[in-house]
Amino acid sequence: MPTLRTDRLVPRNLHPGAWWLWAIGLAAVASRTRNPLLLLLVLAVAGFVVSARRSDAPWARAFTVFLRIGLVVIVIRTIAQIILGNPIPGQVLVTLPELPLPDWAAGVTFGGQVTAPTVASALTDGLRLATVLACIGAANALANPKRLLAAMPAALYEIGVALVVALSFAPSLVTSVQRIRAARRLRGRPDRGIRGMITVAMPVLEDALERSLALAAAMDSRGYGRRAEVARTTRRTTSLLLLGGLLGMSLGVYGLLDATGPAWLGIPVLLLGAAMAVVGLALAGRRTVRSRYRPDPWSVPEWLTTAAGAAAVAGTVVTGLRDAAALTPDLLPLVGLPLPVTATLGILLATTPAWVAPRPPRTTPTEPPSPRPATTSLSTRPSNAPDRASQASA
Amino acid sequence: MIDFDRVSITYPDATQATLAGVDLHVPEGELCLVIGQTGSGKSTLLGAVNGLVPHFTGGSLAGRVTVAGRDTATHPPRDLADVVGVVGQDPTAGFVTDVVEDELAYGMESLGLRSDVMRRRVEETLDLLGLADLRARALSTLSGGQRQRVAIGSVLTSHPSVLVLDEPTSALDPPAAEEVLAALQRLVHDLGITVVLAEHRLERVLQYADRVIHVPGAAARLQIGSPADIMRDAPVAPPVVELGRLAGWSPLPLTIRDARRQASGLRHRLTGDPIADGGRVGDRAHPATPGEQVAVTCDLTVRYGAIAALRGIDLSVHAGEIIALMGRNGAGKSTLLRALTGLSRADGGAVHVLGHDPRSLSPRQLVRRIGLVPQQPADLLYADTIAAECTAADRDAQATPGTCRELLDRLVPNLDPTAHPRDLSEGQRLGLVLAIVLVSAPPVLLLDEPTRGLDYAAKARLVTILRELAADGHAIVLATHDVELAASASTRTVVLADGEVVVDAPTAEAVVGSPAFAPQVAKVLAPLPWLTVEQVARTLGAAS
Repeated sequence: MPTLRTDRLVPRNLHPGAWWLWAIGLAAVASRTRNPLLLLLVLAVAGFVVSARRSDAPWARAFTVFLRIGLVVIVIRTIAQIILGNPIPGQVLVTLPELPLPDWAAGVTFGGQVTAPTVASALTDGLRLATVLACIGAANALANPKRLLAAMPAALYEIGVALVVALSFAPSLVTSVQRIRAARRLRGRPDRGIRGMITVAMPVLEDALERSLALAAAMDSRGYGRRAEVARTTRRTTSLLLLGGLLGMSLGVYGLLDATGPAWLGIPVLLLGAAMAVVGLALAGRRTVRSRYRPDPWSVPEWLTTAAGAAAVAGTVVTGLRDAAALTPDLLPLVGLPLPVTATLGILLATTPAWVAPRPPRTTPTEPPSPRPATTSLSTRPSNAPDRASQASA
Repeated sequence: MIDFDRVSITYPDATQATLAGVDLHVPEGELCLVIGQTGSGKSTLLGAVNGLVPHFTGGSLAGRVTVAGRDTATHPPRDLADVVGVVGQDPTAGFVTDVVEDELAYGMESLGLRSDVMRRRVEETLDLLGLADLRARALSTLSGGQRQRVAIGSVLTSHPSVLVLDEPTSALDPPAAEEVLAALQRLVHDLGITVVLAEHRLERVLQYADRVIHVPGAAARLQIGSPADIMRDAPVAPPVVELGRLAGWSPLPLTIRDARRQASGLRHRLTGDPIADGGRVGDRAHPATPGEQVAVTCDLTVRYGAIAALRGIDLSVHAGEIIALMGRNGAGKSTLLRALTGLSRADGGAVHVLGHDPRSLSPRQLVRRIGLVPQQPADLLYADTIAAECTAADRDAQATPGTCRELLDRLVPNLDPTAHPRDLSEGQRLGLVLAIVLVSAPPVLLLDEPTRGLDYAAKARLVTILRELAADGHAIVLATHDVELAASASTRTVVLADGEVVVDAPTAEAVVGSPAFAPQVAKVLAPLPWLTVEQVARTLGAAS
């Protein structure tokens, strides 16, 4: 397949949508199973693909961050289950002192027996959450979230930009906090403790606000939010369609959830509302004048990556139909854990993006940082460099 | 191209108009330099060109501003985006995307240009500004000069006929500034773009200007004319002009080359002076009798991740010295200052300030020993009025009430004590922070880029204060790109490159003959060792 070959050889960013679909597939697998072997396999696959195809950009470090959050989730989940949950009967590992709780807290225990099945189940639940998180982390590491939002339909573009600005707000907030805490120290005020934190909050927010204003001014001067001229009737129709669509969808959902409502209020109204909203959005898109610079193409590697995610889901679904117990097995004894073949094969197929996806282009210098390239040598300087000849004559 | 017709701009809650009765006509293809003192209204004038003032900042605009025939009253900035490109003081604050190529395309996407047009213009702009090998780089990994060029490129792709830049070189080291100015000059010469540019560092830009607009401040009439006309009696002037005025040269030189051609007489008069013959002028101005050692670093190494910001720095700072710390953006100057205050941890070697490791000191103990004015001076400000800020600073330092205000009046006179610190101009704010830090009169004083946004008068006042502090036995370290400041204030110059000390010598020795770090006077008078107009004036005064 020549397309695939060139696609693989020429570094480019895979369409962010493809990475997200692939990752959502893996996350769906993780959320459908409580089999620790399959969960670990999903984790390994996600990690493998990330290490093979992530770029060197700052956002590509997201995977490790999500793994760390996952570890914290496992720990919290396990401790909470052991201390607060009702023990699952089984081999008692240790008995904690039990705290008597009032009647209204029936069903909640505090302390008491800790059994092996409780620990195993808590660990598995934690692992499942951590795996889902790792899948999201993998998507974040592989696809720049900003590029994903940029691929949104034209009418939603401005909401997308608002999200992007909000996304970049968080990291800049962290740097502001560090900077301003350092500055407090320089003024001889306490830089630690709760009081220190509270007094830092105000300047940090001011700083963030100022930065947002600067960004807004820059975006405005660069043409953000320009509107095309559209006929008045079109504008009115658009508003009418969007409003009607919203109303229809709300009514439809209400009809679906409320069993006593008339039957026509359910799915038909919901569908009608959705259709109106889609047409409205398409019309609204005409008002924005934006175009896209080098949009990420959707070609063979994108299809293959999406298919890999779908294969993982399919494997798990088929296993679930044939042998549901293999997806939610008895956790003890550990040696007896089943490894369903179809699900395993599906998950293993999800590693294919590590080969079929193109390599991402480099975003940092290949050389260890020389702050400026050598092209700015002194020879390019204009006339005010001392003139050696006249110096000699003087 | 740009027309101001009896324009007055008043900000809300202001007692007086910032600009009044401005009549200005900038023809196509001109490079127009806007000069003026700190806070005089230069930024307001620039903002009015694309309608950010008053559409974005608030305030009221009387009169008419038209750009390429479009009235800014009826066209908000976004509808002028295809004719006016604006680059703000801090390029990083205006970046919307995170990769160079995307950033260049952003403006065109907003204008809805066709895909093939965008592709072509991005390539052209990459070449024009020498950014081709940076196209896929993340913006956060670029150096200051590269960022500034990307910011210029990102507005150029929309093919504006006017380019507005607010202090494009103030944060850059001398070579990076040359790089940006060379790019600008190319735009004016090759593409006929009209450039309006505000800058405090006239020594860098004056030679490129076709016309100078002097904004005197306090809503007084603008003075508009050729550089030579305006420079004859403008209160802000680069050293080469000051030297020309002192020596009575006519026509007034605007460039080093012009000045050198007229300088032989002056060189003669100077060398005829017996005192200057053998001795070094720099040393005479500040006798080099180092006091006791107040701060020292031994084999100091600081790393950020895998990158070594400082490698094995040995530096000792003595009481009564003013050290200029120079070097490119990213050479490790700020890190060295941070390590001296204990904000950065040493990964190897040691730091001692008055015998203590700064990291072991509590904040209160720290400020009595060492003071740092950071690069973003606003970080040190918390209160909501200048008066409250001064009172707090006096209290923190346990100084006589009023000390801070007094210092402030010397640095930036006549500030309204009820004003909010964030409403001050960059230079005024720096003055306030300097005053706050100076209140505790720490034995070691560090300043990171203190002259960003300061006009010549404020700089001269700063130099006077620094010299007085040094005479009182304070040790001062200035990290700066401003060669003129380094020449006039410092006794010693330390140049860092790639985290290492490459030069550590008395200033006069270090800068004379160095193309990057020599001040204008030294370039004009080379090989004579005079560095500042003040030194020349003193020598001439002594001779007559």
